[in-house]
Amino acid sequence: MSETPWYNRGLFSSLNLRQKTLLTIGLTGLVLVVIFICGVLIDANLPTDFTIKMQPPSFQHPFGTDWMGRDMFIRTIKGLSLSIIIGIGASIISSIIATLLAFLASVNSKCDEFVSWLIDLFASIPHILLIMMISISLGKGAFGVIMAVAFSHWVNLTRVLRAEVLQINTSEYVALSRRFGKSKLWIAKEHILPLVLSQIFVGTLLVFPHAIMHESSVTFLGFGLSPHEPAIGIILSESMTYLAMGAWWLAFFPGLALLIVVLLFDIIGDNLKRLFDPSEANK
Amino acid sequence: MELKANNITFSYNKKRQILKDASISVNSNQIIGLMGDSGSGKSTLCKIMSGYITHYSGEVTLDGAKIPDKDFYPVQLIFQHPEKTMNPKWKMEKVLNESWTVSQDLKDTFGLKDTWLTRWPSELSGGELQRFSILRALNPKTKFIVADEISTMLDAVTQVQIWEALINHCKANNIGILAVSHDEELLEVFCDDILKFDEINNL
Amino acid sequence: MGELLEVNNLSISFTQYVQGLNRHDSKVISDLTIDVGESEIVAILGSSGSGKSLLAHSILGILPYNANVTGEIKYKGQVLDQELKENLRGKEICLIPQSVNFLDPLMKVSEQAIGECKDEKEHAEKKIRQREVFARYGLDESVDDLYPFELSGGMARKVLLSTALIGDPNLLIADEPTPGLDVKSVEETIEDIKNLKEHGKGVLLITHEIDVALKTADRIAIFYSGYVIEINKVENFKNADDVLHPYTKALINSLPRNGFKLTEGVQPLDEVPGCPYYENCPIRTDRCGKEKPSLEEHDGAMIRCFNFKEANDGA
Repeated sequence: MSETPWYNRGLFSSLNLRQKTLLTIGLTGLVLVVIFICGVLIDANLPTDFTIKMQPPSFQHPFGTDWMGRDMFIRTIKGLSLSIIIGIGASIISSIIATLLAFLASVNSKCDEFVSWLIDLFASIPHILLIMMISISLGKGAFGVIMAVAFSHWVNLTRVLRAEVLQINTSEYVALSRRFGKSKLWIAKEHILPLVLSQIFVGTLLVFPHAIMHESSVTFLGFGLSPHEPAIGIILSESMTYLAMGAWWLAFFPGLALLIVVLLFDIIGDNLKRLFDPSEANK
Repeated sequence: MELKANNITFSYNKKRQILKDASISVNSNQIIGLMGDSGSGKSTLCKIMSGYITHYSGEVTLDGAKIPDKDFYPVQLIFQHPEKTMNPKWKMEKVLNESWTVSQDLKDTFGLKDTWLTRWPSELSGGELQRFSILRALNPKTKFIVADEISTMLDAVTQVQIWEALINHCKANNIGILAVSHDEELLEVFCDDILKFDEINNL
Repeated sequence: MGELLEVNNLSISFTQYVQGLNRHDSKVISDLTIDVGESEIVAILGSSGSGKSLLAHSILGILPYNANVTGEIKYKGQVLDQELKENLRGKEICLIPQSVNFLDPLMKVSEQAIGECKDEKEHAEKKIRQREVFARYGLDESVDDLYPFELSGGMARKVLLSTALIGDPNLLIADEPTPGLDVKSVEETIEDIKNLKEHGKGVLLITHEIDVALKTADRIAIFYSGYVIEINKVENFKNADDVLHPYTKALINSLPRNGFKLTEGVQPLDEVPGCPYYENCPIRTDRCGKEKPSLEEHDGAMIRCFNFKEANDGA
């Protein structure tokens, strides 16, 4: 093994893989937190100033200005932080649903059949359609979008967790625990939960980018957040009107920023997975 | 007390029958050896007697009564591979005390070191783990121990240590042992009676 | 009798993350020295899970990436590096694995035995050879087309053995060939391995079953807590007085047929500064707790102990 592995080359060659993974997670996490806090602190009611409307990117307005003369950079940050809030809410709720359903499936074969049926049912409906339906029925707005995204994104994680729980349930240490007279609830809490906790955690983070993307898409289509909220989806759909006039920056920068945020979450999720995965853990 | 298995018949699927009208009985003050080759179905019989398999025909009784399934099961099985019977995310201390709080005395008898308690199961060897799984099974409510090839994977020195400690404890507390092994020499050392599995299984 | 395999001062350790960010080297094999000659069977006897299989993996060059290896392995006097290991394995050096789980479940056993071929011609040649070897172990043509899961226990063992023998290797490494087999199959396995010796092959037998080692091997190496503490001729293992190390004596005395004698003590969990057997040794001195004895030759045997001479003279 003479060749240096990839993780021992380059800038941070003195760190071992786990340190590097944690560094990556820390840095990406920091960027997201900064975006989030900035977005919360900024006042969304930007003054409209028609003297500087529709300006292309400049040093004063790095992302340009829109048709009412509002700074696009500030609007984008604000929109991103809103997206992050919705993403956090949606992915946490969807993980809770997934965990509950996975444990429900382990109770008996009837419950398992029911959960499998539910998984198949939700998996067979196109995401966007489902999100639009739930969002509209819950009265749109942030609450509607969070619920819609949560209720359409638990499927994959439930599938993974259900299989995992089933496998742990057939293990000898669970069988032994039953012979010791332990209850099903106790076994679920003490034996199974610690074993699937890392899966749940990674699953939650990996739902995040999906949640953000879907939030933006339904909002863009007009079935999500209401137009007065500074969401990325709203910004993008507004910009459609002006794209033909050559105002490319209205769509380009917010879109790019959204993409970057999604990527950052993806990086965190992948790195966490690497941290928890025993086959990768010891490099 | 008497642990009795009466006319046990069992098959995993219709094609292949594993047990047919197998009967065996152990008394509290006895160590009964059961000898048979691997793959012959003796592990299945062990699992039936200790309540792991419930869909069989025939009956397992303790002093003539059916054994209740809900509470602590008075017949405890000790497996050949202790590492499979421990949650990999539990420290050994938790593993040890899952069924009851093991006394320091008993820990010493089984040569359990305190430094082992803070380790994960994957950090200990088979011999060390087997001590834990035996201690766990020696709950005061245990009336019988079914030992299924418990020392097959261990070295000879550890084998003696484990059997000595287990037998001493069981004799003192009136716990019966069903010792299952392929090793006749081993069973001859300490068993009151040795049964051949092929002879009790009417297949 | 030429030396086939020589292992000198081999140590294998693994880098693992313990808590947080610290990496920890855990030693599995320490300072292992052993040799196997032609027409010789050498057994390494140690408790299961003690890491002795890693010796086999290291000879074949299939250790995982986080393993650190020091020391040298020589095959016919030539130092084995990774490239040479890859060239030799499957040809000169072969592994007899533990069970059919080591075979590809989706491949017919004959194809598996033949292995990768450059062209049709080579395949045809190897096919003849495969048939020959299979026939020698009583496996008829119907077996060729079976998949691993269709094999019965005894057949599986024969398939594994013949697969290892296709390339006509000089050195075979048998890693725990007997667990889970019935008495008859164990006897057959022992006979088969002894038979290899008759054909001039060297065998390194890795096992935790002392009876298998006693019935098969010419020399036995005792593996204790990562160290080989004694290598002795098999004749000497009949009687505890003829072996040198106190642990080996305890081991022999603890056999059911030799009295099932109890010896206290467990193998140390972590690396100790002195002799690994210090804590449990009846003949220890202060020196043993501070300094590691090395494996030294004595009367045709190898022994890792400071005090064995005095102790054995006294007896």
